[in-house]
Amino acid sequence: MPSLKDLRNRIASVKATQKITKAMQMVAAAKLRRAQEAAEAARPYAERMDAVLANVSASISGADAPPLMAGTGKDDVHLVVVCTADRGLAGSFNSQIARLAREHIRKLQANGRQVKIITVGKKGYDLLRRDFGKLVIDRIELREVKQIGFANADAIAKKVIGLFEAGEFDVCTLIYSRFKSVISQIPTEQQIIPAAVPQAEGESTGAIYEYEPDAGAILADLIPRNIAVQIFRALLENAAGEMGAKMTAMDNATRNAGEMINKLTITYNRQRQAQITKELIEIISGAEAL
Amino acid sequence: MAKTFTFELVSPERLLLSEEVEQVVIPGTEGEMTVMAEHAPVMTGIKPGVITVVRAGSEREQFVVFGGFADITPDGCRLLAESATRVKELDRADLARRIEEVRAEVQGARDHETRTKAEEFLGQLTTLEGALLPA
Repeated sequence: MPSLKDLRNRIASVKATQKITKAMQMVAAAKLRRAQEAAEAARPYAERMDAVLANVSASISGADAPPLMAGTGKDDVHLVVVCTADRGLAGSFNSQIARLAREHIRKLQANGRQVKIITVGKKGYDLLRRDFGKLVIDRIELREVKQIGFANADAIAKKVIGLFEAGEFDVCTLIYSRFKSVISQIPTEQQIIPAAVPQAEGESTGAIYEYEPDAGAILADLIPRNIAVQIFRALLENAAGEMGAKMTAMDNATRNAGEMINKLTITYNRQRQAQITKELIEIISGAEAL
Repeated sequence: MAKTFTFELVSPERLLLSEEVEQVVIPGTEGEMTVMAEHAPVMTGIKPGVITVVRAGSEREQFVVFGGFADITPDGCRLLAESATRVKELDRADLARRIEEVRAEVQGARDHETRTKAEEFLGQLTTLEGALLPA
């Protein structure tokens, strides 16, 4: 049985922890709002990009398509880009992404494909290192970056495209967490090379475009940019998801701490009462003995 | 009064501008062009340079872009910029840093093709800097 002093100390320490988790929850809430705004602001560009891409690719026949779109024609070496957060304390956020990545890689390996991995975010590397440490060809950490900018995504895209042009892989898949709501983030895999081209919608302008310099050159320029945009979107969704998961996790932690404090306080009061009763009995029985 | 059309300037990070304008001057890869309402559908690359937007009442505003695409249709013009800022908000140090980066790229270029590309980009950037400096 812990003494009264022990209990007092426990209560004080749990209270301190609760204060920390509460603060972390509030910080995550504020950051979540900012991340959501950033994701929101990036949407128009991606949408317009899709529309333009659909228009241009409709006017280019399969044979003229740049390799980034058509692929290498092979399916032997897969590159998996795993995007996670750089920090933990976000519930199952990182492990869910890692689980999907693991399943995806195992499936590819079972089919006899060669797999290479690039991890974005420290936690992804930490979680995959044990199983696939040798397959990781590069890791990128965005810990220093406060607000993810397009330049970060562009750097990753350049690296991936450079590897593709060097013939290092045939198919590239991006694994990240799609932000559905504050309490729900869905780990998602998305193929970015060969690029899946959005189909032109039925109500598209149907106008015959003139191209400057020409459609092929524009498309060759557009596809790498689109890959950067996809990565950018994944990073932003991840950032929002991380904050959402962190908020939920910290909310739970705060609530658990509250429950614990209640329980400890009740035990503390009972023991104090018991001790008082014991002392009273000692006094009374002492008085009666006289 | 000239007819207006919708002009949208979007960078990956945000939507900078979306409004009715009378004309827009954009630095296309094949030369500067002025877009007005009911322009024939054109899709063009953009090189680093200054965009001038003229609103109704000949009120002007200028933006700096670093490459991108323009999608022009008779009823609107959408400009997807790699990165774009208002001229008055432009950070000169940032521009200088970009130029330095490209210069390093020119030095480090391995084959002829990438070197030519980087040199071209460097030329465009320095022209841009020259055009903006007196401002």
